[in-house]
Amino acid sequence: MAVEAVPPEAVDLREPAGWRRTKNQLMTVLMWAAFVIVLIPLGFVLVTVISKGAGAISWQFLTSSSIPPNVLPLGTGGMGPAVIGTLEITGLAAVIAVPLGVLGAIYINEYGGKGWLAKFIAFMSDVMTGVPSIVMGLFIYTIWVLHFGFSGLAGSFALACLMLPVIIRSSYEMLRLVPDSLREGSYALGATKARVTVTVVLPAAIGGIVSGSLLAIARAAGETAPLIFTILTVESTNSNVFSGPDTALSTQIFANAQSPYVGAQARAWGAALTLIAIAFILMIVARFITARFTRYSR
Amino acid sequence: MSTLKEADPASPAGSADPFKHRRPLGDRGFQIMALAAGLLVLVILVLIVITTAQQSSNWFSTAGFKGIFSTTWDPGANKFGAMAFLYGTVISSVIGLIIAVPISIGVALLLTEVVPRRWGRPIVYVIDLLAVVPSVVWGLWGIILLAPWLQHIYASIASGLNGVPVLGTLFGGPNVEGASFFTAGLILAVMITPIVTSLSREVIATVPVIDREGAYALGATRWEMIRGAVWPHSQGGVVGAILIGLGRAMGETIAVALVIGDSAQITGHLFYTGYSIPAAIALQFGEATGGEFRSALIGLGLFLFVLTILVNLVARGIVERSARRMRGA
Amino acid sequence: MEQQDQEIIAKLAVPEPSVRDEVPKSGNAVFDAKNVSIYYSAFRAVTDVSLTIYENEITAFIGPSGCGKTTVLRTLNRMNDLIPGARVEGGVHYRGAALYSSGVSATAVRRRIGMVFQKPNPFPKSIFDNVAYGPRINGERNKAKLAEIVEQSLRQAALWDEVKDRLNKSALGMSGGQQQRLCIARTLAVEPDVVLMDEPCSALDPIATGKIEDLMQEIKSRYTIVIVTHNMQQATRVSDRTAFYSVLRDETSDVRTGVLVEYDRTEKIFNDPADSRTLAYVTGRMG
Repeated sequence: MAVEAVPPEAVDLREPAGWRRTKNQLMTVLMWAAFVIVLIPLGFVLVTVISKGAGAISWQFLTSSSIPPNVLPLGTGGMGPAVIGTLEITGLAAVIAVPLGVLGAIYINEYGGKGWLAKFIAFMSDVMTGVPSIVMGLFIYTIWVLHFGFSGLAGSFALACLMLPVIIRSSYEMLRLVPDSLREGSYALGATKARVTVTVVLPAAIGGIVSGSLLAIARAAGETAPLIFTILTVESTNSNVFSGPDTALSTQIFANAQSPYVGAQARAWGAALTLIAIAFILMIVARFITARFTRYSR
Repeated sequence: MSTLKEADPASPAGSADPFKHRRPLGDRGFQIMALAAGLLVLVILVLIVITTAQQSSNWFSTAGFKGIFSTTWDPGANKFGAMAFLYGTVISSVIGLIIAVPISIGVALLLTEVVPRRWGRPIVYVIDLLAVVPSVVWGLWGIILLAPWLQHIYASIASGLNGVPVLGTLFGGPNVEGASFFTAGLILAVMITPIVTSLSREVIATVPVIDREGAYALGATRWEMIRGAVWPHSQGGVVGAILIGLGRAMGETIAVALVIGDSAQITGHLFYTGYSIPAAIALQFGEATGGEFRSALIGLGLFLFVLTILVNLVARGIVERSARRMRGA
Repeated sequence: MEQQDQEIIAKLAVPEPSVRDEVPKSGNAVFDAKNVSIYYSAFRAVTDVSLTIYENEITAFIGPSGCGKTTVLRTLNRMNDLIPGARVEGGVHYRGAALYSSGVSATAVRRRIGMVFQKPNPFPKSIFDNVAYGPRINGERNKAKLAEIVEQSLRQAALWDEVKDRLNKSALGMSGGQQQRLCIARTLAVEPDVVLMDEPCSALDPIATGKIEDLMQEIKSRYTIVIVTHNMQQATRVSDRTAFYSVLRDETSDVRTGVLVEYDRTEKIFNDPADSRTLAYVTGRMG
């Protein structure tokens, strides 16, 4: 039954002729090369920011009450007002954008159904994610600042406009993943749509929604352009975020980057490291929440 | 919510209550809130157009069509031609795309075809890390470290290419600067790689497994499989991803503002300083006190808005169409 | 785990599969499997399969779900390589050469041993480009030669007359039955030695199924065909030999694995099987 005798022609099962194999290997090498190329600028930037920024950061740096003039070297003052500004303005923006974004996503997914309006809003929301941040800044400038002056609040509005479509999109994706059987079970118990949404659907999707919002907040914290036109970078802490010009890490870095003074640049590096740290922490928390608390994923 | 009417299991079947079709107030209110939140998106978009158009009407009417698209930008002389900024935006974005596209597609293919699932995560983290670095930090690094370093390189390239026909114009010239169109293109490439990579990856991952197996079963190598089975399926989506990257590049403000230099000139020399629309708005807004100046800057913003919206619409249209073709197949 | 496995298998007493291989003996052996076990990571999907596939015959693999027939089929052209964690123990020989020794190229194997899948999977290209894909990657660039190969392959697949006027149209615009015949043409275009078919008609209507079964009879003189099928009438209609697989289950640990129960000429399997399990399966379905 088994033929162990040598078959008439030896079956050659080795690799196909040179060129095909080489081409395949070459392409694989190129793909890896692409990744390495990505690592290069990332590595450079991170190493630079960490090394130059670490030299500038200190408790005083982060909590000082005023930002010294560019001429002064490192040592006096720090970026305290900017840190507070970033946290306040971004925080306020989040308070505005997250509930609105989630509600919008709820409309699209739960109430909109197959209607044209929901699809249109979803589509326009996606398109809106592509609107440049500077345009949002100009928009808030014309619609708010011209009437009510510069303030941290205006900055928050601009950031919120940036965050809104992103949060709508990510929340909508999360809501979509919640299986209908959950909703049906709740309806069968006699709950109204609002109750179903708030008590069953939202909690089921909350992990993904929160992490998506955190990522949007991380992106907003680093934004500069929308703030240029709305907060008017100043040097001291403004305790009232609702009125009067304010400052933030991003705008400070922008201003200092254009200055020839070493001290100002050093402070800029310190601020950059702080900003990256904030964004990075938010990103890690978001990943953690995705890993632990997301019940339904793709 | 006390106004919610709960279906009472104790109420007799014939009771009139459950058959009343009036929805409880709270439920209705919630729906209205959700609808309002959704409509907010449309409202904002419309308001952006209206307010910026209003503010830039001064510029439009004063400069007229020819004035708007002229190549002279001289606030001192009340000349506000936007051509140089448009040029700079397009050139730097195109340079950024040319560099970013092969890299992004390469990484996307690496993640979907080459690297086993578990080991792909570190690569994805690296891409995410790239995306989380704020634009202003790229700009800071760009202007303080990258640009001066590149200046030397540009200078040697330029002197080497002196007199060479095409390349000499592109990469030559006596006034090469570290802060230039090309540098801006480089930074843009780095910044749009994450989005193009992740969108391409999503598209490529939807290629059905049996299509890949079909190619392998014919004795294809991995690269041949990619060209035969993966690429035809995903080319539409990848093109869409590239266009979305283009939109991002055109709208990128701060990093470009810091490294593109600040001369409003139209030149073929890529190593010369230039300008872009968002950079102009950002850098000159502080000085713009006069009516037409400010109006012109806001008008530039309107241009940018329309431009990026158009690119985004086309991109999404292409992605939709190719997704529909695949689903219908 | 190994220990346990062996105990369970010993207890279950896998008998030598009944192979009554009387005259007439067919030609050369194409595949020779000896004590093949296939694992997906720690899970042993198939245990101790030994059989020989003969040249220019149609061999059918039948059996209930989960019995491993598709797994064994995919082992014959190294398609299981694509599944992480899959591994093969035992000897699989193709015309005397070991399929799983190091130094053997999977791409070379698959050029000789083609496969048609359960769900038709034409590339989103034109009909011509689909069939020409195989020859092209093997280096054929001459347009005239390619056209000739495409026509021949489509004729063999009984598809030429239906599509000869629209070779440039997308393959996705055809009916399911036509798409499957296209996939067969595509496979034949690289001039393989063996064609493996994994339930090729399960997604098709009876008429399309009939066309493909006729096709198989036509081409069997030039190729060796192994087909996995759920449809026993199909096995009786087209195959020369049939291998019946089943699931072996240990009652206490609930460990399941696929085994080869009986392998013989098709008439014997369906009319006078040696094993009672075979009898139960073939009568249960036909009854």
